[in-house]
Amino acid sequence: MGDAMDCIDSKKKMVFVTVGTTCFDALVKTMDTEVVKEELFRRGYTHLLIQMGRGSYVPTKSGGNGSLAVDYFTFSSSIADHLRSASLVISHAGSGSIFETLRLGKPLIVVVNEDLMDNHQTELAEELANRKHLYYAHPQTLNQIIKDMNLDSLVPYHSGDATPVAKLVNRFLGFPDDC
Amino acid sequence: MSLVVVISLLTIGVVLIRVIYVICQSGKSLKGKRSEPVSTLIVLGSGGHTAEMLNLLAVLQKERFYPRYYIAAATDNMSLQKARSFESSLVNETRHKVAETSQFMQIYRSREVGQSYITSIWTTLLAMVHALWLMIKIRPEVILCNGPGTCIPLCVIAYLFKIIGIRWSSIFYVESIARVQRLSLSGLILYKLNISDQFFVQWPQLQKKYPRAHYVGCLM
Repeated sequence: MGDAMDCIDSKKKMVFVTVGTTCFDALVKTMDTEVVKEELFRRGYTHLLIQMGRGSYVPTKSGGNGSLAVDYFTFSSSIADHLRSASLVISHAGSGSIFETLRLGKPLIVVVNEDLMDNHQTELAEELANRKHLYYAHPQTLNQIIKDMNLDSLVPYHSGDATPVAKLVNRFLGFPDDC
Repeated sequence: MSLVVVISLLTIGVVLIRVIYVICQSGKSLKGKRSEPVSTLIVLGSGGHTAEMLNLLAVLQKERFYPRYYIAAATDNMSLQKARSFESSLVNETRHKVAETSQFMQIYRSREVGQSYITSIWTTLLAMVHALWLMIKIRPEVILCNGPGTCIPLCVIAYLFKIIGIRWSSIFYVESIARVQRLSLSGLILYKLNISDQFFVQWPQLQKKYPRAHYVGCLM
């Protein structure tokens, strides 16, 4: 799952954390712990950028120099750019973030927010993890997942398409099959 | 006196026969070959739902499905904006004249997150009246929806229109890709009450549990 960008700027390896429009302090807090930061640095990542959304927990910034450089922001219209320049994405379980990341071919760890009431989105993350498209974690297990993960074992996700639906709708309405 | 009884019995009978007819005919492919375009109502959910719907629209034949009417919840600012840029990309790329006939509308939601149940009685009524007004104006031949709740009042009204004979709409529902094991509430309502003519799911596990659904693979 290598990216051309990595080769050009081989020194910078960024981990991008995104919580979307949600509030997911448990994830931001976990990212801010020394164990997780040290583990990421040990695995060769140099930068950690956190999109913290509506959360209230503010992570500690750090300039790097022998450790992981940490920065954060709340919202941005250029999430796609951050995803593109990331070497690893750690995301909440929203389907938008998941598929945007997979489409870019970036390694992804989805962290489930246990505080959400209607937590049906774990279904999607679990299924895609079973199919080896991503890793699936809880805030408590994230550190272990980062320790154990083998990004080469991930299977690239091929974008689906809606033509089967279109075909069935056309047939139902009596339109002739084309192409 | 007996005449009144006979008339009311007849009326009930006629209504019953009509309801049974609609129940039997729903879900059956329309008869005959079609070449004329169909007016299409597209109900946009929000975030992920809207993205999936636009993926479907991208592969649908624009010259068959028009005019297109887009409806999104009044609190959802993003969806109609995305639909607008989708439609204008059609105008630019393919010089489709049909894209110019598209219309964009917002609908009141029956209940916002966190709203109290007492005030939501009033807002639900308001939302129903608004949905009815929009449906009378549009009377679509095709409804495309994929949840969440915004599409339910519109689909129920479309079903009533079928029974009364105002308009025979074909209703298509695509369950969200986020639903792997269980249907969403909207999906469950449309499936159980047989309101949708065709019901699509994106994971094989769901098709096993709900055999009337069509498994179509992932849209994303």
